Amino acid sequence: MEQLLTCQNLTKRYGYKTALDSINLNVERGRIIGLLGPNGSGKTTLIKLINGLLSPTSGYLAINGSAPGPETKKVVSYLPERTYFSSWMKVSDMLDFFCDFYVDFDRNRAVEMLHRLNIDETHRLGTMSKGTKEKVQLIMVMSRNADLYCLDEPIGGVDPAARDYILQTIITNYNENASVLISTHLISDIENILDDVIFIQDGHIRLHASVDEIREQEGKSVDALFREVFKC
Amino acid sequence: MAWILDDSRPIYLQIVDLIKTEIIAGVYRPGDKLPSVRDLAMEASVNPNTMQKALTELERSGLVYTQRTNGRFITEDIAKMTEIKEQLAREQIQNFLKAMEQLGFTKEEIKKLLQTELREEL
Repeated sequence: MEQLLTCQNLTKRYGYKTALDSINLNVERGRIIGLLGPNGSGKTTLIKLINGLLSPTSGYLAINGSAPGPETKKVVSYLPERTYFSSWMKVSDMLDFFCDFYVDFDRNRAVEMLHRLNIDETHRLGTMSKGTKEKVQLIMVMSRNADLYCLDEPIGGVDPAARDYILQTIITNYNENASVLISTHLISDIENILDDVIFIQDGHIRLHASVDEIREQEGKSVDALFREVFKC
Repeated sequence: MAWILDDSRPIYLQIVDLIKTEIIAGVYRPGDKLPSVRDLAMEASVNPNTMQKALTELERSGLVYTQRTNGRFITEDIAKMTEIKEQLAREQIQNFLKAMEQLGFTKEEIKKLLQTELREEL
């Protein structure tokens, strides 16, 4: 089967600022990958390029062999850093939206997960706590049967118990033909669920390795290695 | 079980050791069926691929075997279990000896201390 995600000499510039500098990257199926880097390293830029929200300055990127567009949006499920839902929307409105937009959305799965969290479909987004809001959005995104899930900071700003719930939701909802790309700097929290990590710094990929390799070769956790590599 | 994982070693190796200990301690009995990869992964809050790797490793050690389509079972080979139990015991003793050596004790002194300790327990 072809690579799920391929980037070749992918470059993105904002004016004079180079956010991604000629990166080459391949992502296989069936992996959970941590996209790790300090603030401003290019994580969100990469995720936005994958989702077609930005277009490359130069270079090439493909999902399932096609450039970002309507076809790839069918197979990429995206959790943005900031919500695009309005606060007046009810949970049921969000469910309707997802049903309309995505053929691969499994409404029953979403409803079941919401039910388990005692989230009523009549609740409005604006009345929810930050943690609940993040959980609801993650449930929406993970209830799609996508090939690639791109989660931009899914655990920022929620308490440790909610974090555990979010991580459980991620590992139970992806299948072996799909991959999950998680951008975060809360490494120690997600380290145990990752297969691979990508360290990104100043628009360059510093390291792309499996968590086991890192622990075997360095004798330390990814979190410890990150602190070393990105020491200020 | 408490899935306490540390930072220094690969997670799958730590899971192998945890499950090994459970088998040796009799939490799982010979011939018992192990939960599915997904259920175990959920329980331990790790990636299913990691759990898969750990179980493959356990199969290689002979403590666990796969029955096609039926799932994974604990070995009924008692000799194998005894062998692994002894192997784990030896590891523990070696760790202890190493720690004692670091504290500056000679083999003779360790022996004496152990004898005293064991006598007191009796």
